[in-house]
Amino acid sequence: MASSEEDGSVEEKENNNKKRTKSAVATAWLTFYNIAMTAGWLVLAMTMMRFYIQKGTHKGLYRSIARTLKFFQTFALVEVGHCAIGIVRTSVIVTGVQVCSRIFMVWFITNSIRQIQNEESVLLFLVVWTVTEITRYSYYTFNLLNHLPYFIKWARYNLFIVMYPLGVIGELLTIYAALPYVRRSGMYCMRLPNKYNVSFDYYYCLIIVMLSYIPLFPQLYFHMLRQRRKMLHGEVIVEKDD
Amino acid sequence: IRHSYVEILDAKTKDKLCFLDKVEPNATIGEIKSMFHKSHPQWYPARQSIRLDPKGKSLKDEDVLQNLPVGTTATFYFRDLGAQISWVTVFLTEYTGPLLIYLMFYFRVPFIYAPKYDFTTSKHWVVHLACMCHSFHYVKRLLETLFVHRFSHGTMPLRNIFKNCSYYWGFAAWMAYYINHPLYTPPIYGEQQIRLALIIFLFCQIGNFSIHIALRNLRPPGSKTRKIPYPTKNPFTWIFLLVSCPNYTYELGSWLGFTLMTQCVPVAFFTLVGFIQMTVWAKGKHRSYLKEFRDYPPLRSPILPFIL
Repeated sequence: MASSEEDGSVEEKENNNKKRTKSAVATAWLTFYNIAMTAGWLVLAMTMMRFYIQKGTHKGLYRSIARTLKFFQTFALVEVGHCAIGIVRTSVIVTGVQVCSRIFMVWFITNSIRQIQNEESVLLFLVVWTVTEITRYSYYTFNLLNHLPYFIKWARYNLFIVMYPLGVIGELLTIYAALPYVRRSGMYCMRLPNKYNVSFDYYYCLIIVMLSYIPLFPQLYFHMLRQRRKMLHGEVIVEKDD
Repeated sequence: IRHSYVEILDAKTKDKLCFLDKVEPNATIGEIKSMFHKSHPQWYPARQSIRLDPKGKSLKDEDVLQNLPVGTTATFYFRDLGAQISWVTVFLTEYTGPLLIYLMFYFRVPFIYAPKYDFTTSKHWVVHLACMCHSFHYVKRLLETLFVHRFSHGTMPLRNIFKNCSYYWGFAAWMAYYINHPLYTPPIYGEQQIRLALIIFLFCQIGNFSIHIALRNLRPPGSKTRKIPYPTKNPFTWIFLLVSCPNYTYELGSWLGFTLMTQCVPVAFFTLVGFIQMTVWAKGKHRSYLKEFRDYPPLRSPILPFIL
C-alpha cells in the first residue's frame, strides 16, 4: 500500500513522461513535415528550371507545376494547426494571414482565372515563393536537428528583404491582370434578389484585397525586420564574448 | 502630521519625473495623480498609470498612500496610457451612428440605391418592423448609457473609438443596405416567421434591460464595488442561476431574433461576430468572478447555460 506522498510523486513522474513523449512526437512530426516541405518546394524549383531551360519560355510553365504547387501550398494549412496547439511558438494570426493569402492566390486567382496563367507576374511570384519556402523550411529542419549552418540562417533573415517586396509586386500585378476577365465573366457573383438578402461581386472584392495589401504588407515586413534584428543582433554579442 | 515624500520615475527610462514634498500620508493615488498633473500638464490623471514596480500592476485611484508598502519617501513608476476618452463618449458615439445610418437607408436617401427609388419606402411591412426594432434597440442602448450603466473605468484609449465606430457603423450600413433594398426578399415562412422573431426579440430586449437594472442595483451610486449578482423578483433575472453574464445571453437572443425577422446574411454575420466577442468577454468576466469570490455558484456558465 503506497502512501499518498508516494502516489503523488508517481503521478508527477507519469505526467513528466507524458510531456516528454508528447514533445518527442511533436519534434519527430515537425522534422518530418519540414523535410517533406523542403523536398516539395525543391522539386517545384527543379521542374520550373527544367521547363524554362527546355522550352526557353515561361508560357505553359504554370500548367506544368500547377498540381504540385496546389498540393504543397494547401498542405501548409497544417502550420496554422501547429501554432494553435502550441508545438510551434508563433502567432496563429500571423501564420493564418500568410497561409491564407497564399491559398487565395493559388486557388482563387491562378487556378480559377486561366487567362492570366502565362503572365510574367505569375512567374515572378512563383520564383519568389520557391526561394522563400526552400530557405524557410530548410531553416526549420536544421533548427530541429540542432545543426543550423550559418548560411541558412543568413539566407532566412536577409533574403526576405528583397524577396518580400518582389513577391508582393508579383501578386498585385497578377490580381490586377485578372480584373478584366473577372468583370467580363461575372464569376463568383451573387446578385439580388435572392432569399439570403446578400450580394457579392468578386471584382470589387479583388479591389478590396489589393487595397488591403497597403496596411498588411508593412506590418508583416516590419515584423520580419524586427525578428532579423533580434536573431542576428543577438548572435553578434555572443561572438564578441567568445 | 508626519508628511510623506513622493518621487515619480518613468517606468521605462527610470528618469526622475517629479518630486512631491508635503504629501499627506492619507492622500490617495488619485490625489497624487492630480499633483503630478500640475507639474506635467500634458499627462492628465486619466492617462497616468502609477505603479510600485515598473512592470507591475497599476495602482487604483482609491489606494491610500500610508496603506501601501512604502517608506516615508514613496517611489512610484509612471507609464503613459496614451490619449484617453471617456466610456460614455465612446458609447454615445458608437450607438448614435447605427441609429442614424440605418434610418438613412430606410428612408432611401439619394446616392445609395437607383435614383428612381430616392425617398421611397419599402412595400414590405417587415421592413418597417425591422426599422422600428433596430431603432428601438439603439435608443435603448443610448438611454442605458446615460441613465443606467455604472462604469468601473472612466476612460479607455482614444484609438478604441475609431475601432469601435468602424465596427458598429460599418455593420449597420451593410445590414441596412440589404434590408431596405428595393429588391429585398421577405422571410420565406412569412407572417409566422416574423411573429416568432418579434417575440424572441422583445423578450430578449426586456431581459437584457432587466439584467442591466439588476447589475446597476448591485452598486451604490459613485462606487466601484463588485458583488456577485443574484436572481431578483424579476423573472427575467432568474437566468442568473445558470449564467454569469446573462446580459450577453439576452443580447445574442435579440440579434438571433432580428436575423430570423429579416432573413438577411449580413445580419447573421453581425450576430456571429458579436457572439464571438461577447463569449470572450463573458469567459473573462466569469474567470474574474471565480478568482474574486470563493463562494461563487458552481452551476453557472459564462454565457450559454451548461454549454459555454
